[in-house]
Amino acid sequence: MTRIAIDPLTRIEGHLRIEAQVDGGHVTEAWSSSTMFRGMELVMRGRDPRDAWLFAQRICGVCTTVHALASVRSAEDAIGVQIPDNARLMRNIIAGTQWVQDHVIHFYHLHALDWVDVMAALRADPAATSRIAQSISPWPKSSTTYFKGVQDRLRHLSQSGAQLGLFQNGYWGHPAYHLPPEVDLLAVAHYLEALEWQRDVIKVQAMLGAKNPHPQTYLLGGMSVPVDPASQVSLNDERLAEQLRLLQEAKTFVDQVYIPDLLAIGAAYKEWANYGAGTGNYLCYGDFPVSGSTDPKTFWVPRGIVEGRDLSRVVPFDERKIGEFITHSWYTYDAGEGAQKHPSDGETTPHYTGPKPPYDMLETNGKYSWVKAPRYDGKAMEVGPLARLLVAYASGRGDVRKSVDATLHALNLPPSALFSTLGRVVARGIETQLMVDKLLEWHYELVDNIGRGNLSVHDGTRWDPSTWPADSEGWGPHEGPRGSLGHWMHVKDGAVANYQAVVPTTWNASPRDAKGIPGPYEASLVGTPVADPERPLEILRTVHSFDPCMACAVHVTGPDRKLVVRVDVPV
Amino acid sequence: MRDDSWLLTSLERRGASRKAFLGFCGAMAATLALPGSYAPAIAEALRAVRRPSVVWLEFSGCTGCTESTLRTENPGFAELVLDMISLDYHETLMAPSGKAAERSLRDVVGDEKGKYIAVVEGAIPTGDGYCTVGGRNALDIAREVCGNAAATIAVGACASYGGWPAARPNPTGAMGLGQAVPGIPIVNLPGCPVNGANVAATFVHYLTFGRLPETDQLGRPLFAYGQLIHDSCERRAHYDAGEFAETWDDEAHRKGWCLYKLGCKGPTTHHNCPIVRWNGGTSWPVGAGHGCIGCSEPQFWDANSPFYDRLPNVPGFGLQTTAEEVGAGIVIGTGAAFALHGVAAAVVERFAPLQHGEEEKKA
Repeated sequence: MTRIAIDPLTRIEGHLRIEAQVDGGHVTEAWSSSTMFRGMELVMRGRDPRDAWLFAQRICGVCTTVHALASVRSAEDAIGVQIPDNARLMRNIIAGTQWVQDHVIHFYHLHALDWVDVMAALRADPAATSRIAQSISPWPKSSTTYFKGVQDRLRHLSQSGAQLGLFQNGYWGHPAYHLPPEVDLLAVAHYLEALEWQRDVIKVQAMLGAKNPHPQTYLLGGMSVPVDPASQVSLNDERLAEQLRLLQEAKTFVDQVYIPDLLAIGAAYKEWANYGAGTGNYLCYGDFPVSGSTDPKTFWVPRGIVEGRDLSRVVPFDERKIGEFITHSWYTYDAGEGAQKHPSDGETTPHYTGPKPPYDMLETNGKYSWVKAPRYDGKAMEVGPLARLLVAYASGRGDVRKSVDATLHALNLPPSALFSTLGRVVARGIETQLMVDKLLEWHYELVDNIGRGNLSVHDGTRWDPSTWPADSEGWGPHEGPRGSLGHWMHVKDGAVANYQAVVPTTWNASPRDAKGIPGPYEASLVGTPVADPERPLEILRTVHSFDPCMACAVHVTGPDRKLVVRVDVPV
Repeated sequence: MRDDSWLLTSLERRGASRKAFLGFCGAMAATLALPGSYAPAIAEALRAVRRPSVVWLEFSGCTGCTESTLRTENPGFAELVLDMISLDYHETLMAPSGKAAERSLRDVVGDEKGKYIAVVEGAIPTGDGYCTVGGRNALDIAREVCGNAAATIAVGACASYGGWPAARPNPTGAMGLGQAVPGIPIVNLPGCPVNGANVAATFVHYLTFGRLPETDQLGRPLFAYGQLIHDSCERRAHYDAGEFAETWDDEAHRKGWCLYKLGCKGPTTHHNCPIVRWNGGTSWPVGAGHGCIGCSEPQFWDANSPFYDRLPNVPGFGLQTTAEEVGAGIVIGTGAAFALHGVAAAVVERFAPLQHGEEEKKA
């Protein structure tokens, strides 16, 4: 029996520590710990609700824009304002672009090195790589000379005083790597290409929102970027043409590079359909309004829950059934350690009781994370691309069923294979492909609106605080790249009285709750093989399949109650 | 030095000529506000055989500054980390985790002591447990790694001055790196996030001249923070003509008139956004119809909010008002904390050209 700690767990956003018990070459128990706390909800109090999205967006720079959107929605819900149709489309395009870009970055730059042995690519025959590339995709960068150039570049790194940089000390040669070297080389080439691609595709957000990360374009009631085909400084014909070009290039890269690589690598690692199943419960708030209606039944991504891996039915979602535990988190509740609190009735008393740093191991019988433990109707829920896909699949959505069935057919896997580490990787790819098509539809819809003379991007009827209700609450749900995100805002006398966020990684990275039920990372790691505890590559595979984002996950809540926060403000 | 530098050969392999390489160096000289005659010096520096080791630490941050650096175009991120520097530690991107990652850090701090560059993203909280990596407190790690570095670059508002974690009520006692670890050679690149173009330019400056760029009193390089946004804003002529957008989405807003009345903080903010813009020159906040929030100024989250309130009434506001007069009015109007900054800003304005000239002579 070996106890291991992986900290820092790299190639994620933020600070995650995994401790695991390894016995007989498998994980028998695991603990997920977030080791960073900032306290956004406390900073938010007393602010102007119109400013809230600017603050909230800074919860995370990888999931940039998603917190801005959830936040501005919560303010609009509380204050009671509808946004114009152009603003709806712009928000959909910004959020959809975020999915596409973020998922591709995750695949190549955060997850690929768990499956691809970069140093083995040095042994590849570039001519064979070229043949493989041309057999799976029409992507033009596929010549022997091209792959030889990539290999030379890599060789240079490995030879010039061994300055491997980001690739230094990787788990190269680990027995769990088993791609042919030629596919390793293909993936390394696309790792580099995706670095350039991600930079270009995200310019869509810069055109609609000034910049990325942290677009600066939302407003209570709409968007700030003006639309006017006759203006040099607005979203005009020229900019829309550029947006179309970028979205088309995004589609080409997804169809011709990402998806073929995903299938090639996935086919080599099919045993990972047997690991990482997790909680078996999947939650999706639903998102992407396709009309002015805010009824979730009309959303492009449907709302609902799949329980116990049962794809024959979708359980309706009720926001009031969310509750958070702090039994194993570094907070206290007035009502005691076993209490459960709805986010709108939450409570905040951060209280670090972990070992005094520097430390070797956490005391996991007690409190061991800055992430709270959200539960739905008492159950631990997984959120994210897989959850979305399963809820849509179980809802009988034709386009999703078609894509899922075709992908599973290509990999020769049954639908049950989705409940796994590999399933998460595949689901992320499928929804990227569906989204990139949807983005083009939204683009044409926006162009159509503008062509018909509809230039409105902002409803200013509730901009002035004198028009606001004296006391109101709002909920802003969003499906971000990593899953279901919710911001709750309480507006009182023109200021934020209380603010809280329960984010995708809060659900997925959650520690145990009062009943000892583990969170999704913890549950999914049980049974994961570990060939060498000193080099726990397999644990990374499963944790990375969730695409962790720790800065997002840690939040504090609390309405108008006492705060016990240790503050050592420097003079 | 060698003639067939890897950068040059790698650029050549991708179809770039020697002339194009020098063109790239010329473009970088422009970003750094240096004369074109510096291009050969930059080219020579980039041909160094051994790339300098760089350690990128993140503490109480959001990884937005890393993402922003991934968006840099000239040089691109791959060129930066494969051809110009050796990015030996960066938790968001590095292959190893856990013990193997800790070894990467130990090797650099031990073997390259006094020679490597540290980059810090995120604020430093005080108090145990608010931010630990590998079981160690952020402050402990920052002291060791930055204390043994040749130079440290603080990227973004959080590492520079504390950012939003230090905003009222500062729940974790967060502060910027320079305050948390005093006495180290450091340059601050504030912004929320930092503009990746300025990160790349700072590296190129260091590689070329062997030291950090000249800064203002707030530790910000003059090449990127030497001017008020207001002074280089594309909408400045509208301000001078008294042409303002009055409400969102009105005709004046669509025509691109000045956003001062909708809360723009450009008149008090030092940053090169209007010149380099963002995402390869695609746009910037004012270009997208939204006022500047002043994210490169210390404590802007508290000092500049509510963000949609216009800057305080300024004497002589409107026609024929100069930026200097606006700046002076703000110092009078906003109390002690802001006044301190205003004075510093005025000093920087006055001496910026001189300092720049001196730097060129020294180089």
